[in-house]
Amino acid sequence: MTRKRPKADVVIVGLGWCGSLAAEELTRAGLDVVAIERGPWVEPAIDFAPGVDTDELRWDTRRSMLLPPAIETTTVRNTRFQKALPIRDWSINEWGYNAGGSGTHWAAMAWRFTPFDFQPYSMTVSRYGAKQLAEGLIVQDWGVTYDELEPYYDRFEKIAGISGKAGVLNGQIMQGGNPFEGSRSSEYPLPPLKTTHLTDLFSEASNALGYHPFMVPAGNTSEAYTNPLGIRMAPCTYCGYCLYYGCGNWSKSSPNACIFPALVQRSNFTVLTDSAVLKATLAPDGKTATGVIFCDKKGDQWEQPADIVIFSAFQMQNVRLLLLSGIGKPYDPAKREGVVGRAYCFQTVSGANLFFQDKKFNHFAGAGALSAQIDDFNGDNFDHSGLGFIGGAGILVVSRGSRPIGNADFLEPNTPRWGAAWKKAYKDAFQNATGIFGQGTSYSHDEAYLDLDPEYTDQYGQPLLRMTFEYNTNDRRSAQFIEDKSVEIGRKMGAKTVIGTNSAASSFTPYNFASDHTIGGAVMGTDPRTSVLNRYQQVWDVHNVFVLGASSFPNNAGYNPTGTIGALALWTARAIIDQYLKNPAPLVKA
Amino acid sequence: MIDRNFLIASLSGVLFLMFPIKAGAQDAQAVARGQYLARAADCVACHTNPADNRAFAGGYALQTPFGKLLTSNITQDIETGIGGWTEAEFSRAVREGIGRQGQHLYPAMPYPSYTKLTDADVHDLWLYMKTITPVKNRVVSNQLPFPFNIRAALIVWNLWNFRSGRYVDDTSKSKAWNRGAYLAEGLEHCNSCHTPKNLLGGDKSSQAYRGASLQGWYAPDITNSHTLGIGSWHKDDLKTYLKTGSVGPYVASGPMGEAIENSTQYLRDGDLEAIATYFSDIKGQEASLPASLPASDPRMHQGKAVYEMACAACHRSDGRGVSTMITGFPANRAILAPVKDSILHTILAGGRGAMTHENPTGAAMPSFSWSLSDEQIAAAATYIRNSWGNNASAVTPEEVKAMRRTLQFRQVGPVPDDWSLSGESKPDLSAHPAMHP
Repeated sequence: MTRKRPKADVVIVGLGWCGSLAAEELTRAGLDVVAIERGPWVEPAIDFAPGVDTDELRWDTRRSMLLPPAIETTTVRNTRFQKALPIRDWSINEWGYNAGGSGTHWAAMAWRFTPFDFQPYSMTVSRYGAKQLAEGLIVQDWGVTYDELEPYYDRFEKIAGISGKAGVLNGQIMQGGNPFEGSRSSEYPLPPLKTTHLTDLFSEASNALGYHPFMVPAGNTSEAYTNPLGIRMAPCTYCGYCLYYGCGNWSKSSPNACIFPALVQRSNFTVLTDSAVLKATLAPDGKTATGVIFCDKKGDQWEQPADIVIFSAFQMQNVRLLLLSGIGKPYDPAKREGVVGRAYCFQTVSGANLFFQDKKFNHFAGAGALSAQIDDFNGDNFDHSGLGFIGGAGILVVSRGSRPIGNADFLEPNTPRWGAAWKKAYKDAFQNATGIFGQGTSYSHDEAYLDLDPEYTDQYGQPLLRMTFEYNTNDRRSAQFIEDKSVEIGRKMGAKTVIGTNSAASSFTPYNFASDHTIGGAVMGTDPRTSVLNRYQQVWDVHNVFVLGASSFPNNAGYNPTGTIGALALWTARAIIDQYLKNPAPLVKA
Repeated sequence: MIDRNFLIASLSGVLFLMFPIKAGAQDAQAVARGQYLARAADCVACHTNPADNRAFAGGYALQTPFGKLLTSNITQDIETGIGGWTEAEFSRAVREGIGRQGQHLYPAMPYPSYTKLTDADVHDLWLYMKTITPVKNRVVSNQLPFPFNIRAALIVWNLWNFRSGRYVDDTSKSKAWNRGAYLAEGLEHCNSCHTPKNLLGGDKSSQAYRGASLQGWYAPDITNSHTLGIGSWHKDDLKTYLKTGSVGPYVASGPMGEAIENSTQYLRDGDLEAIATYFSDIKGQEASLPASLPASDPRMHQGKAVYEMACAACHRSDGRGVSTMITGFPANRAILAPVKDSILHTILAGGRGAMTHENPTGAAMPSFSWSLSDEQIAAAATYIRNSWGNNASAVTPEEVKAMRRTLQFRQVGPVPDDWSLSGESKPDLSAHPAMHP
């Protein structure tokens, strides 16, 4: 039996960055908002107190904050002619499982995408002609431009307290920032983090090669800060426990630290934790949703009616919820028709492992986003004529903490992995080993998609999501190009041994998690035949359903997605308040 | 139907209260005034059991030096609340400490303060209380042991400690001063915590607001003494503190944090200014402070090591914390108070900053009861009280042990030579003051 809760104005499915940012805007506008979160409520100083939080085995090795695959996973295969099998171990599916979502355990690199990333089709065709696009590659404009999103990026950075240095401010190139970024309307709210020996070495080498290094914008606070919601943040202590960890110091941006304290004081906000949403319910004509069905911790089933439904779960979960709810037409790869599940992509990672001699990198002092990067080979920042691909990567080094357990096999090739020789080698590598990381763009392909698995189900008997993915020609070419550049920089840095790495050189496997930035499958766009959502992340076919998250991205940029996820969530929330409430209908004519 | 607030509280651990108002238009203004007065008097804090979070339904255990008292149900339930009361009965309970059956109320109910309330204010308060949704919750208030369970004894107590009577303006003082006095002595009953008590638990009026211990906390001296009180505060500081829960290095937590969250943050600016005016005129005593312990003192040496490993990440190496978020130590009178209850309570149990509309952060401190020994805590507290220009008496391991007993925390097991965290159990969050329910 399904019990029914009182109707809300808005139901939000998933209380990560997207859900929290939307809830903050919508409750401030006076709407009655119910958020349903699958995981428990967690608070920084209580659940991640600094004295007990720095436990690598618990949080990093055992991934204790992530959604276990036993609760929800995907199946995976490389081509649609194979049988997909479930992912049963930690993989690229690093989904949050607590109020705060993945925004609680992220490393906190807080990027803006470049203007090119939002208009890759029109900009590529105008610069190189259509022949630059490989056969079968899905490249399409988002329907929203960088300039339109700029104020929302700005708002997100101020709420999250981002540390960085502007590279282009009101059209002027600024010393010390990223000269390739889209123009900003204001400086970052906080100055960049302090540099480390590693970031300095990288910056010197890439400078000497004629590139343009800068410090990565970080959701790790360089100074004490008060955000626009009146919430205080404390300065980062560079403890080096960020990625996979919560932060008990109020130094890492998260919904928990930056939004919840304000949200929980509002009487028109309700959060139901430990509750899994199974699907949305639709009106008989299928043109609007009437709410969602969820299951609480005891296994009891509930209906939450609402006038507006917002899916803001993880990317894969958003796509699955659409498919389970029967919203939008599923993608059929044989006919190249349908939209839900189409345009799935990942991230193309390549780089170089570096082994120095007589260094003291002191990796234990770090922060999740404490990094130096060059964008000379990212997006369309360089001439791709004759290269046979589009896109590229941000190339960076990361001072993120030492991970004494996790890095125990980060050693030169042919080193024993046990015994006295291993101990000696690891002791040496602890201060001398590092890597250059090329975080690449990715474009989908006709044969890369998501659908419901015909065989495997979850604990509620609902089909798992199936991913069909293989790196495409564009991915492989750009990854090789970035690997070569990384090796060049590594040599210039003076490493004794430089070994190129390239995850796209072999077949895709979800267990090689150089990145967990899985993207797309319910993308926004300008044409209902090639997108699930219009430019406001509103479902074309069901106008009171909005979908927030990286599932909306038609392509991945050479960056971490969170800044763009946040900006888009705010952009959509404002569109709901300023346009949709006055006239609840499609905001864009199909 | 599911009550939304109940769901929030039970599913998420977020404490949230709501004041439903249902009244005719003619009473609406009086009810709004009554709600303001109820917040100023902080009725909800004691008359709500954090375990079930039903506003005004009572059942909250007040720990007095004489034993336990459960607060009464003051919702409009006829059977178990005050739904059947008359206004005269309500007024007599609030201002004279006499219950409906003529029984004497225990002065944990601050009628010795509320007796100063005007007739008009009691009337408005009554109209507001009439709008409170009835909740059935039978409470047996008197849980005291013999002989304190004999209510008749309160006749004697009242003779000694209670002076019935409305507030009378002191014509030699300003209007603001008198309004501040009315609020501080009446509605806000600041003296209940901040004024030292005699053996019977009554106020020592000659030492008004000079600081007192209660429930394992020390409510500090809030007179204008520069060495012990808040005489060095700027005039706006107290106003900001009561409005937002913090000012500079001072961050309210514990019972004061609750008083700010439930009560003072809702006061109008003019009323906060009046309270600040009043307290700036409350004479305190100046004390000659002891000399700082030298850094060479072994306790300081140990304290520095503990501080750097356990405290400095948040409170910073220079002890300054983060303004309006994390307590700063230099010249912080609450940290330097001669009675050390609050600093020890917070180190042992942890604490959480007040969460207000203007400063919602509520940064929290974890409990160290499970990871630090009495000696280590004493050394860290001694170091904090004698560094960065501070000078205050040393804290002894015996004092830590006594507070540990008060809070019913276990001793930490054998402590290794280096101080590293070697706790045998997880932090006991149930003792966390902000962790209810």
